[in-house]
Amino acid sequence: METLTMRLNDEEVALEIMPDALLVDVLRDQLGLIGTKEACGEGECGACTVLLDGQPVTSCLIPALKAQGREVYTVEGLASGGNLHPLQKSFIEHGAVQCGYCTPGMLMSAKALLDRNPHPTEDEIKEAISGNLCRCTGYVKIVEAIKAASSD
Amino acid sequence: MKWEKYIVPASLEEALRILTEYEGQARVIAGGTDLVPQLKKKERKVKCLVDVSRLAELKGIHNQGGVIRIGAGVTHERIAASPLLREMATALAEGAAAVGSPQIRYMGTVGGNIVNAQPAADTAIPLLALGAEAEIVSSGGVRREPLQDLYVRPGVSRVDASAEILVALRFPALHGKRGSAFARLAKRRSLSLPILNAAVVVNLSMDDRLFEDVRLAVGPVALTPFRARKAEEALRGMPVDREAIAQALAIASEEAQPRANPVRGSAEYRREMVQVLLRRALERAVASAQS
Repeated sequence: METLTMRLNDEEVALEIMPDALLVDVLRDQLGLIGTKEACGEGECGACTVLLDGQPVTSCLIPALKAQGREVYTVEGLASGGNLHPLQKSFIEHGAVQCGYCTPGMLMSAKALLDRNPHPTEDEIKEAISGNLCRCTGYVKIVEAIKAASSD
Repeated sequence: MKWEKYIVPASLEEALRILTEYEGQARVIAGGTDLVPQLKKKERKVKCLVDVSRLAELKGIHNQGGVIRIGAGVTHERIAASPLLREMATALAEGAAAVGSPQIRYMGTVGGNIVNAQPAADTAIPLLALGAEAEIVSSGGVRREPLQDLYVRPGVSRVDASAEILVALRFPALHGKRGSAFARLAKRRSLSLPILNAAVVVNLSMDDRLFEDVRLAVGPVALTPFRARKAEEALRGMPVDREAIAQALAIASEEAQPRANPVRGSAEYRREMVQVLLRRALERAVASAQS
């Protein structure tokens, strides 16, 4: 077992993990943060997207020990003080959630985009979510929701 | 277990020491975007992973007196965003921007893209056209190799990731009458392997009228990234006009000889597309050199 220390959703966290644990499994199975989903397991769909030092990454491919001493954000970190993040509100208002499985990953990619580019064009939004596959919605509402959240 | 030990060394020396200690049972990991899926599927076995992604020696994009040095640990996202590379190695910035998805680009590195040894890798094709040289470090010392010498066949690199570390890539910066461009053909614009990748570097005469030098790289059309050297020779000294270009591109698709592939398309289609992609990249490289 190894000790992993990281800053997770603004809190210092330390836990014992297997050396070959992947970040998605540590988040879901050990920390109970099941907002992050695993779909393809090989970094090809984006469902498992979290932020590592502010950058969107596919957590199913990340050895958990790579996060040693670093900052991780999951979808659970978006809401604060009982209030949904503007992106979350916008997704709901714009009908951008159907089965919801791609949604946490979409939200994290969107958050990373708005953090570095507060007023993206539609093309920039599409580029930012180009690593997040959705089987339900056809993407239109998701793009609209992100655009709307960016104007606030 | 996929691996028994995961070490993040504080220095290059420590990384090499660990590799030596493990006698072939350890392996370098950078972003892990190719390696971790392979380990999950048990296509590879290792005892120990040595994470080089934070080593200072593998970072940085610098113009050192007209030679650009890129650390092997630099991510595709950094390469795509680099103003220096967009201007002086456009084909490479464009290739890096085409890798996988934003998430993969934030993690994956140019070094890993090369050591994974795929013949169409989005940064390898431009680096081949740019005439890149690799710097590789082991406990035995440092060596420098031309990029094309690092490939054996798909998935097999001459860089032994259990004993050596690819540290940097170097190539001449393109300025003056030189330009480059990258072109990609794939089923989708993201998360899609290339049907064909092409990169072109041109060096024009001072009056923009003649090709002084051209490099045409394309993949996957062989076991390794491929340069259409006969087509390059056919363009050298020729005027920058449609006829010369068309003749050279016909030579290129003959020498490239792409084969039929269930994922990448028929031989006929790919032969035709070799010409189309090279022409598009050539036109943009010429425009860039002329401006």
